Order: sequence, then C-alpha cells, then structure tokens
Amino acid sequence: MTSGSHMETAGPGSLRLVLTLAIAGLISGIAIIGIYESTLPTITANKARELREAVFKVLPGVSQMQQLVFRDGELVAAEELAKDEQAVYGGYDPKGNFVGYAIPAAGPGFQDTIGLLYGFTPKDKLVLGMEVLESRETPGLGDKIYKDAEFVGGFSALSIEPEIVAVKKGTKARPNEIDTITGATISSKAVVRIINETHNEWSVRLPQPGAEPPLGETEPVDTGEGP
Amino acid sequence: MDNLPWIFISALLVNNFVLTYFLGLCPFLGVSNSLETSARLGLATTFVMVVTALCAWVLNTYVLIHAPYLRLICFIVVIASTVQFIEMLIKKLSPALFRAMGIFLPLITTNCAILGLAIFATNRGYGFVEGIVYALGAGIGFTLALVLLAGLREESELSDIPKLIKGTAMNLIIAGILSMAFMGFAGLFSSA
Amino acid sequence: MKKQDNRSYDEFIKGIWRDNPVFVQVLGMCPMLAVTNSAINAIAMGMATFFVLVGSSFLVSSFRDWIPKQVRISCFIIIIATFVTVADYTLLALVPKVHKELGAFIPLIVANCMILGRQEAFSSRYPVRLAVLDAVGMAGGFLLALFSLGAIREILGDGALFGMKLFGDNFEPWVIMILPPGGFLTLGVILLFFNWFKLKKDEFLADVAEAERGG
Repeated sequence: MTSGSHMETAGPGSLRLVLTLAIAGLISGIAIIGIYESTLPTITANKARELREAVFKVLPGVSQMQQLVFRDGELVAAEELAKDEQAVYGGYDPKGNFVGYAIPAAGPGFQDTIGLLYGFTPKDKLVLGMEVLESRETPGLGDKIYKDAEFVGGFSALSIEPEIVAVKKGTKARPNEIDTITGATISSKAVVRIINETHNEWSVRLPQPGAEPPLGETEPVDTGEGP
Repeated sequence: MDNLPWIFISALLVNNFVLTYFLGLCPFLGVSNSLETSARLGLATTFVMVVTALCAWVLNTYVLIHAPYLRLICFIVVIASTVQFIEMLIKKLSPALFRAMGIFLPLITTNCAILGLAIFATNRGYGFVEGIVYALGAGIGFTLALVLLAGLREESELSDIPKLIKGTAMNLIIAGILSMAFMGFAGLFSSA
Repeated sequence: MKKQDNRSYDEFIKGIWRDNPVFVQVLGMCPMLAVTNSAINAIAMGMATFFVLVGSSFLVSSFRDWIPKQVRISCFIIIIATFVTVADYTLLALVPKVHKELGAFIPLIVANCMILGRQEAFSSRYPVRLAVLDAVGMAGGFLLALFSLGAIREILGDGALFGMKLFGDNFEPWVIMILPPGGFLTLGVILLFFNWFKLKKDEFLADVAEAERGG
C-alpha cells in the first residue's frame, strides 16, 4: 500500500502549520471571491426577473415597476434599502401612470412560514392579485393556496375594506369575502390573515390616492414586454 | 414577522430539526442506543447551538454584510472553535462529565444540525433574540427526538426482533413513525 | 497488489455497490432524506456532491505530502467548504429554481460525513489517480442511492417522475412519501432489502463452506 504522507521525526514547526493554513485560506478566499464576482451579474438579474414576474402577476396591466420604501415619514422611491427597511413596489402602466402597489407579506401558515406578494390599488381599496412566493404547506392539501386557480383568482378585485374575511366555500356574499379551500381551511385563512396584518401595517404609510411617487425617480425596471 | 413563541414551538415540535428537516441524523441513528447518553449529547448540542446562533448573528450583522460569500467558511470555523472551547471547559470544570461524554463532543462539530441552524437563521433574517429562541427550540427538539428514539430502542432490546430488521433499518422505520406522529403538531399555532 | 487496471476498476466500482456510502456505510444521511422528495432534486444534489467530492479528493491527494498531519482536518474542511461555496453560487446562477428547492442543503454538503471521511481515509494517503477513482465511485454510488430514493418517493408520493405524470388522474398519490416520514420509511425499507440480500448471501456462503467440509 502506498502511503503518501510521511512522518518527520521532529514534527513540523508551528510556523509550517500556520503557513499551510494561511495559504489554504488564501487560495480558498481567492476561489470563492472569483466565483462570487463571476456569478453576481447572473444572480442579480435572476432575482430581478423573478420579482418583476411576481409583481406583474399581482398587478395586471403593469409593465414598469420601482422599489419604494417608507423613510422619514413618507413613501419614496429608493434603489438601496437600509437595514431593517422593508420595501413595497409601485407598478405603472406603459404610459407611466400609477396602477397599484405590490406588497410583500409573510407569516405562519399551517406547517411553516408562508411568503406572498399581493397587489393593491388604493383608489378603490381593492386587492388585485395574490402570488405565493414561499410555502411549505402540505402537498395535495395546503399547497392548493397556489395550485387552486379558483382560490388565487378570488384575490382579483377583492375589497380590503375593512378587512378580508375568509368564509366557508360557496358562501361568499360580500366584496370583501373570499371562499376558503375545502380541506385546506387553515392554510387559506393563514393567507387571508397574513394579508390583513401586513395591510394594517402598510396602509398608514401609503400616501393618499393620487399622491403616489411618480415613476422615474430611480431606475425603473422595464421588461419591454407587457405582463 | 415571526413572533417568539411561534419560532420556539415551530423549531421544537412542528418543524423538528431531526424529524422534519432531517438534520442531525448521524448522532440520531448512531448514538441513540442509550437514553442517558442521548440526553447528555442533546444538551451539549443545545448549548453549542445557542452559542453558534449568537456568533452567527454577530458575524452576519457586522462582518458578512461586506463578504456574504465567506459565510459558510466562517460558520464552520465558529462551530469548530465553539466545540473545542466547550470541550476544554467541560474538561476543566467536571472531569467526570468529560469522561462520560468522551468522544461525543467532537462529533457535534460535524452535526449538520448546528450548521443548518446557522444557515436557517441567516436565511430567515432572525435578529439577536429570535436567533437564541430558535436555537433553544431546535436544540431541545433535537434532544427530544434523540431521547424518544433512545427510549424506544432500549425498550426494543428486550423484544425478540427478526434479524432481518435489526439495526439501522429498524431505527429508520421507527423514526418514520415518530416523524408521522410529529406531523400532528402542524397547525398548532393557527388561529382557526 | 493487484494489477493496476484491476485495482483502478476496483476502487471505482466499490463505491457503487459493495461499499455504497448510503446503503452500506450509512453515511451522508442528512441530505439523503431531505432532498429526495423528487427525482430531479435528488439528481441535482447528487451532482453537486459529486463535484465537491471529486474536486476535494483531487486537491487533497495532490497536496497530501504538503499538508502537515496536525492541521489536516482543518485543511480538508477549508478545501471542501470552498468547493461547496463554488457549487452553491454556480447552481444559484444557472438553475435558480433547483437551487431554491435544495435550499440550505447545498451549504450543508460541507457537513456530509462521507466527504470528510473519504479525505481522511483515502485521498490523503493515496496517489491522485486512485483517489479520484475512489471519489468518482463513491459519489456515483451516492448519486445512484439518491436517485433511487428520489424516484421511489416521487412515483409513490406524486404519481410522477421528473414532473411527468405516470399514472392517470385516478391515481391517488401516497402523499406521505414526499413528506418527511416517507423519507425515513423508504430508506428503512431499502436497507431492509440490503439486509435480506446480505443474509441470503451469508447463508449461501455458509452452505457452500459446509458442503466443502462434508464433501
């Protein structure tokens, strides 16, 4: 059996040990930084594209968007977020007119956290769409919150005044009610609760209808194509 | 976003690190033949987890913002150092405990549950307190799973088990049933 | 020592069946069960682990004369972690959807005892060619194990393979299979078969030995 490593009788000195580790660390660092820098453009582009697609799904008719943060008491367009700052996204139609906000929300669902994005127009106080971004709900049951077209569709033109109410399937009567999914009531109600809670937080920060930040203060994210 | 009781109970029961996330399986299957050893290993792991969560938060907040790609290496270094440090601490404070725990301490280093904890906490953006609560829940949940399996294994020692099933196969099937039982905890926190 | 050709083949093939890291050595469990809820996830994880194991073995074996014994574990970990980080970012850039499915388990490849174990037991002691063959065999065996587990769980739990529905709409999938308990149970049953196989083999060998003694 060939053995590659050989034992020196005195053992390597501390300098040798430290040097070996340092060199290994250095080479490792270079390799990691290299891969990071070379993949950064692709990764950033992917993230931006995913976000764009989600925003366009929840705000129909939108083809441009920009990031908005609540800073110093008002909603302003911003490219960079400071720590602990949360963002919403403003959606604009091809002419640059404001259509609605896409607001990220998250909270506990049945199994684990559900992350979603919902579109909201302050003019009529309507939710325009809902897109689940992250979920670990039970496959075949809870995962219907994004697989059941009827449930997802129920979020277009859903009134949020005074809040969304989840009702038993088939009993939707008012504009702010939505049918839950049979067999996935808890997950459905979690989605509704998450949107209500997040909206309570954000509704006080949103400016009056008509006073939304106009497009163009930062670099608008434009696909070129429509939603 | 996440409130503290939910974080704790979720890590402990609903999304148990061993039975739901499949972390920490090496000690889970390898060491759980004795109830006492399992309990001790679990507690040591919990301690390492809390310290790791703390260090991960410090690293994330002050260092890794500038170099996110170094996250993995930093975490590993932190975990290895913590385990080394605890080993020395236990050796000094209680030689008897050190003898009893023996080889298990270095094993904690390769326990994916600890690295997993650091990574999950980072991905979820947990702050200082949330991180510690999460680590406590995860560690106690890990201990719970270990102790449960150890208890079952000790009981089964007395039974006549066909040679075919003995060993890891049986442990895995028991673990599967335990995992199913823990699934019952889902929905614990939802307001119906 | 066997002839070089036989030796190489042996080093390679042992990882696939005889010393399969998952089914025989029972290593690398954590990722095994977590990412095998579908065949495509299993293969992605298998490929990532393949890259890390072969790369690390190559480097460790190449530098085995230069790494002092006292710091060898730390060096192994640095090398492995570097490869894992590279794999992580590469997957994130090339296949973001798969990366999202695998989630935190890509960085966790670092904690896969199989990889560190191979460096310690083999790559640090043998020439590059043998070390790489061993790594390829082990990683191949790991990939096969992952795939078989993932395929079984996806077929039974979702009625599909690689996302394509196999059975008609009337098939009621066994959802538990793609949930955590399914992972434990499937692997347990597979190990059961390995045990059975081994028992039969031992019986056969015992019978042969007895026949030789009696005859």
